[in-house]
Amino acid sequence: MSLLSTEPLRLLASLLLIIAFVGLNAAYLVLAERKGAGRFQNRPGPNEAGYGGWLQPVADVLKLISKQIMVPPESDRLLFRMAPLVVLTPAMMCLAVVPFSDTLVARNVNVGLLMVFSFGSINVMAILLSGWASRNKYAIMSAARVVSQNVAYEIPMLLVVITLLMSTGTLDLSEIIKQQAGGFWHWNFFRLDVNPLAPVTFVIFFICMLAEANRAPFDMAEAESELVAGAFTEYAGMGFGVFFMAEYANIVLGCSLATVLFFGGWQTGLGALPASWGAWKVLIGLGFFLAKMYALVFTVIWVRWTFPRTQFYGLLNLSWKILIPISLFTLLLSSVMIKLFA
Amino acid sequence: MSAPLKIEPATGSGETFVLNLGPQHPAAHGVLRVKMTMDGEYVMRAEPVIGYIHRMHEKMGENRPLAHFLPNTGRVDYLSALHYNHAFVGAVERAAKLEVPPRAEFIRVITSELNRISSHLVWWSAFLLDLGGFTPLLYAFDDREKILDLLEGLTGSRLTYCYFRFGGVVEDLDPGFAERTRKFIAEMRPRLKMYRQLVTDNIILRKRLEHIGPISPDLCLKYGATGPVIRGSGVSYDVRRAEPYSVYSQLDFDVPTFPESDSMARYLVRMEEIVQSLRIVEQALDKLPDGPVLGKVPRVLKLPPGDYCYAVEAARGRHMVRIVSDGKEAAYRLKLRTPSFSNLSLFEEASKGMLLADALALMGSLDLVIPDIDR
Amino acid sequence: MSPTLDQIREHFSGPGLALSVTPTEHAAKGYHLDVSVAPAGIVPAAQALYALGFGLDAITGVDWIAQNEMEVVYDYFHPASPLRIVVRSRAPRDNPEFPTLSDVFPGARWHERETHDFFGIRFAGHPNLIPLLLPEDADYHPLRKEGAP
Repeated sequence: MSLLSTEPLRLLASLLLIIAFVGLNAAYLVLAERKGAGRFQNRPGPNEAGYGGWLQPVADVLKLISKQIMVPPESDRLLFRMAPLVVLTPAMMCLAVVPFSDTLVARNVNVGLLMVFSFGSINVMAILLSGWASRNKYAIMSAARVVSQNVAYEIPMLLVVITLLMSTGTLDLSEIIKQQAGGFWHWNFFRLDVNPLAPVTFVIFFICMLAEANRAPFDMAEAESELVAGAFTEYAGMGFGVFFMAEYANIVLGCSLATVLFFGGWQTGLGALPASWGAWKVLIGLGFFLAKMYALVFTVIWVRWTFPRTQFYGLLNLSWKILIPISLFTLLLSSVMIKLFA
Repeated sequence: MSAPLKIEPATGSGETFVLNLGPQHPAAHGVLRVKMTMDGEYVMRAEPVIGYIHRMHEKMGENRPLAHFLPNTGRVDYLSALHYNHAFVGAVERAAKLEVPPRAEFIRVITSELNRISSHLVWWSAFLLDLGGFTPLLYAFDDREKILDLLEGLTGSRLTYCYFRFGGVVEDLDPGFAERTRKFIAEMRPRLKMYRQLVTDNIILRKRLEHIGPISPDLCLKYGATGPVIRGSGVSYDVRRAEPYSVYSQLDFDVPTFPESDSMARYLVRMEEIVQSLRIVEQALDKLPDGPVLGKVPRVLKLPPGDYCYAVEAARGRHMVRIVSDGKEAAYRLKLRTPSFSNLSLFEEASKGMLLADALALMGSLDLVIPDIDR
Repeated sequence: MSPTLDQIREHFSGPGLALSVTPTEHAAKGYHLDVSVAPAGIVPAAQALYALGFGLDAITGVDWIAQNEMEVVYDYFHPASPLRIVVRSRAPRDNPEFPTLSDVFPGARWHERETHDFFGIRFAGHPNLIPLLLPEDADYHPLRKEGAP
C-alpha cells in the first residue's frame, strides 16, 4: 500500500487500469453487442472463435491491427491521423474522475462533473475533424450532422444535470454518490420529493446520452444506408478500430455517469454495509456499480437492435421541441420544490 | 397523425455538389447508381444511372426456341421468378391457343402467391435495413425460409424457379405440400401480427414514412408505375383484377389501396398484400381440382404470326410479355415490360427537394430489383 | 370515370388521326384495341388517351427488316377499367424517326432511350437521348435484325 500511495505510481497504475478497462470494455462490449444482437434476432451470434465465441474480440483486433491504414491521397494527412486519437482521449480522461467504488477513483477532482462534460464535448470535434480531413462528401455531410446533433443534445443534457446539481449542490462525483447513501429510495432517480419528475429527467438524460454517443436510433453520423459509414468512411484497420473503441468508451462513460447521477453509483441501495467488512466493502461497491452500469449498457444495445434509425430533422425536433422544453420545466419545478420544502 | 412536415429546400447560395450514390452503396441494393445533385442535405436532382447488369434478355429471347428462353424469365426479377415464368408461359399459351388443365392453373396461383409473399418479405427486410432497423431482416428471412423450403420441394430450386411449362406445370404437387402449406399459413398469420406490433406501429418508423415521398396517381400514370406503388396512391389497379388471368377470377381477395400516397401507404399495401396472398393460397388449396397438370403441347412449338401480350401482377407490379411472332420457333421480338423500370423512372421527379434520408426511404418504398430494371 | 371501348374508338375515328382501328379479343391478343397511326399521330393519340385517364405502359420497337420498316409500339393501360390499348406506328427503316412522347408522358423518356439503344430509332424532341441500358459509348443497336442473331 505504501508504494501505491506515492502519487506518480498511483497515477501510472490508474492510467494503465483505465486504458485496460476501456480496451477490454470495447473488445468485449462488441462481443456482447453481437451476441445480444444474435439473441434479439434468433441466431447464435459469433460462436466459432473460442468456446462460445469468447475469443472473437481477439480475432477482430488481430485483423484490424494487421490491416493497412489507408490515408486517402487528397486528405489532410495530419488531421486524418489525429482524429482517432482525439476521439479516444477525452473518454479516457473522463473515466479518470468516475468513482468506481468507495475510494476507487483515479483522481478525485472536486469539479468532476464539470470536467466530464467539458472533455465530453471534445468527442464532437474529433468526428468533425475526421469528416473534414477525409475529403469525402459522405464524411463531410456526416460531420455536419454530428455537430448540429451534439449541439442540440448538449443543451437538454446540461439542463438535466443542472436540475440535479440544484439538489446535490456539488460537482464532486464522489460527494454526489455519498449523498445517495442508504436505501435505494435515496437515489436521485427516486427522489420525487426534490424533483417530482426525476424519472423523466433520467429518460431525457439517457436519450441525450444515446445521441451524444451517436448510438442507434440516433446514429446519424454513421447512418450506413445513407452515408455509407459517415465520418469513418475513409478509415481502415485500426483507424476505424479506434473510433469503434471510442464509441464503446463513450457508452461506458455515459452509463457510468447515469449510474452515478441517478442510481447511487456504488451504493448498494440496501443501507450501509457493516464497517467490519473493511476492504470488501470496496469490492462489493464495485460489483454494484458495474452491475448497474452494465444493465444500462445492455439497454443501449437493446435499443439499437429494436428501433429503426430516426430521421435527422426528427432528431433535431425531438431535442429542440420536446426535450429542451421538458427539461426547462423540470428545472423550474425542481427549483420551486427546493425553495419551498428544503 | 401529425401534419405534413413542410420541407423547404435549403435557402442557401444555390451552391450544389454532386453526390455519386452507387453503384456500390448500401442503399443501392445491387448495382443502381444515382447521380444526386445536392444542396446540403437536400436532393435537387436525382438521376438514376442504370444498365450495370444489363444482360439483353430480349435478344436472347429472339435467338433461341421459346422453351429454351423459359429459364431466363426467372432471372429477370429473381425475387418473383414464378410471376415472370407465368407471364412468358401465358403469352406463349395465348399465342398457340394451348389448353391449360385447371389443376395446373391452381398450382400456378398457389406457387405464385407464395412467391409473392417471399418477395414482399425480402422487400420488407431490406426496406427496414434502409431505415436502420436490422432485426426485422432475420425474422423475415426466417419466414421466407419456410416458403423457400416449400417451393424447393416442389420446383427443385430456391430462387430462380423454372417451374411452369407451356400448357401447365412441370410436376404435380408432392403429397405433403398442401398440408405443409396450410401449416405455414397458420404460422404466418401470428407472425404478421407480431410484425405489425413490433415494426409497423413503431413511432420512429411512422415518423420516417408518413407524409414522406408522396406520389400522386397522376404521376403513376405518367410514368407507368404499377403494383404497390400505384395502389399506395389510392388507385385500385391490380392486373389480377383488371385483366383476370389464370383462375384469379374464381378466387376471393381484396386489392388493398391506401390513398395517402406516401411511403407508409406503399409499406402498408405490401403488408396487406401478404395477408391477401395467404387468403388466396388457402382458397386455392381448398378448390384445387384433380386432374393432369400438363396439357397437350406440340413437340415443336411454333407460334402463329402476330403479336401477343400477356400481363401478370408480379410482386413489384405489372409485368407484361409481348411476343411478336413470324411463325418460326423463336420469337421475332420479345419484349419484357418490367415494373421496376417504370417505378424507378419516377424517382427523379418524386425525389426533388427531399432530404437525402427521405429520398432513400422513398427509393426503398419503390421496391427496386435492379436486374428487373436492367434486364 | 372509366371510358368504354366505343368512346375510345370514337376518339380515333376523326380524320387523319388513325390509319386503322381494330378491336381485338383480349383473350387472344392481350389487348382490346389495336390502333395504327402515322408518326405524326403518335402525340395526339397519347394526348387523347391521357385525357381519358390512360397510363403509359411501355414503348417498344420492332424491326421489320423484310418490309424495310421500323415499328414503334406504345402500350397503354387504364387504372380503372380493364382496357388495354396498343398504338403502333411505322417509319422507313433507313430513317426511323418518331416524335417524342415525353411532353405528355414523362415516363416515355426512359422507354424511348431504351428503344433508341436497341434499335437506333430517334425520337425527335427528346431532351436527353443518350444510352440508358447500353454503355455510354455503344455505337451498335443489338435488336436490329441485320446482324447475325
